[in-house]
Amino acid sequence: MTFLDLLSLDFMQRALVAALLTGLAAPAIGTFIVQRRLALLGDGIGHVAVTGVALGLLTGASPTWSAIVVAVLGAVLMEVIRERGHTNGDVALALLFYGGLAGGVLITGIAGQGAATLQSYLFGSLNSISYTDVVFTAVLTVVVLVLTLGLSPQLFAVASDQDFARVAGLRVRGYNLLIAVLAAVSITVAMRTVGLLLVSALMVVPVATSQQLARSFRATFVGAMLVGCVASVGGLLVSAALSFRVDVAPGPTIVLLALAMFTATWPIGVWLRRRSRLMAPFPEVAAAPHRSADVHPHEHGEDCGHPAVPHADHVDYVHDGHRHAVHGEHYDEH
Amino acid sequence: MTPTDTSVPVVLDRVSVAIGGRPILRDVDLTVHAGDMVTLLGPNGSGKSTLVRALTGLLPVARGEVRLFGTPLDDFGDWQRVGFVPQRSTATGGVPATVREVVASGRVGRRRLLRPTSAADRSAVESALEVVGLAERASYGVSQLSGGQQQRVLIARALAGEPDLLVLDEPTAGVDLPNQQALADALRRLKERGATIVLVAHEIGPMMPLIDRTVVMRDGWVAYDGPPLTQEVASHAHHHHDHDVPGGHDHAPHVSSPFDWERRNRS
Repeated sequence: MTFLDLLSLDFMQRALVAALLTGLAAPAIGTFIVQRRLALLGDGIGHVAVTGVALGLLTGASPTWSAIVVAVLGAVLMEVIRERGHTNGDVALALLFYGGLAGGVLITGIAGQGAATLQSYLFGSLNSISYTDVVFTAVLTVVVLVLTLGLSPQLFAVASDQDFARVAGLRVRGYNLLIAVLAAVSITVAMRTVGLLLVSALMVVPVATSQQLARSFRATFVGAMLVGCVASVGGLLVSAALSFRVDVAPGPTIVLLALAMFTATWPIGVWLRRRSRLMAPFPEVAAAPHRSADVHPHEHGEDCGHPAVPHADHVDYVHDGHRHAVHGEHYDEH
Repeated sequence: MTPTDTSVPVVLDRVSVAIGGRPILRDVDLTVHAGDMVTLLGPNGSGKSTLVRALTGLLPVARGEVRLFGTPLDDFGDWQRVGFVPQRSTATGGVPATVREVVASGRVGRRRLLRPTSAADRSAVESALEVVGLAERASYGVSQLSGGQQQRVLIARALAGEPDLLVLDEPTAGVDLPNQQALADALRRLKERGATIVLVAHEIGPMMPLIDRTVVMRDGWVAYDGPPLTQEVASHAHHHHDHDVPGGHDHAPHVSSPFDWERRNRS
């Protein structure tokens, strides 16, 4: 059987659709979570959802449904603990984080299921995705996308400045809960492909990658969804290709591919930021003393290699800590 | 003027505010009339920011009543008439955003849910950018701007909501003189449109000619309420007793106990 034959298999096609949807939903809500500086929120909810999966295994109910219920409850609880201010946001996260994982592993043991069963939820699994799972994933993805896109002005205001948003008349608590619940929903959506332990990476890494190149929130948002789709579909294909030789869960390949994209864009981002700092126009300052440069044999011009920075009505050429402006036959120090 | 006159933007009626059970604002009366620009001065910890947070509904009132445009705060729903510039908040978040995007978020109070941006939204954002003098930098990333320029972005964000009442909590803190001048110009433009402005400030600088009235806070009380004072005079007075505050006569109640209700009721 070749790689292309693999793509014609039903379970593989279901997995690809699920991966594509996950790649859209997770970064969409992830952008607002990163904007709120709660990048690890997804991790906390993911760990709580492990307990949900284990409860499903114990009671014989669908692990997807029990995971979504417990994840939503965990997200709401985290938001309440954070808002009441009894503990720091990150401490609240840590408490649920450890409780969720420990509870999940314990309950899975009580349910008499081995680590292998749990593992397909922790790191994703190619062949466990049923037709109902795909429909379920599609519906949840549509809900996440409609709400994040439709309410983006409100969510952006709340995520950037809560005091301002409250005085503007927004129900800040409601929007905070909405962000937490949508995060819980996207995590359950991503559970089958990336797995609960790595799902947060798909919310954060595409955003980090996209913001290397983007300057606006909108571009970051769209770019993150693009990176998310490429990483999740690409990672799934890599994992499928590797499956001829070794057994690799799709979660790690998806996350490593996303990280590789970040590593590739990071130097470009560093260069772009440095360049935009260098090329920012110099402010106009009135009445600077006239100073001409010492004899300067070099001739500045468009291709001379020195940054040409706008300064009022002319251009300064920057080199060795000097700003040279053309003045007749010579250069002035600006 | 009746106490519930809807033309009066701000009325604080014997307002006390406690944070964690500790009284921070005590028995404060303050009325701000339409079109006035009032500055709140006073040393750190005197309750200026607490007063501003109480009148914007961010802090609950322990006693007394706050009325905005004649409506008690609990029933007030017209928040799009109020613009707010919070203290020391940065314009940057975890994700990059352009100046225009941050300013556009000031329209949230006027936007209906799940509706696209309207032409009125766009023109309000452009005019707010123009008022603070950042129209040319609208597509810059906010993090590329200096601290003073970021403060102007936050003011433009509040202006984009086209408020009738603008409340600013220390917009001049750590802002250099040219940016303070730009800020003062923006406030002048707003004032000419008839807006009411409540400003908490440490440095007044170029805003001095705009100010109609100064309120000096001290230890949770209103220590002076009258014609404009400069920061220098107000902080100079801080070293003396309350009754030495310039203005000719004693505005400050004599404090004998933290909650001095009886003396007030007698007077």
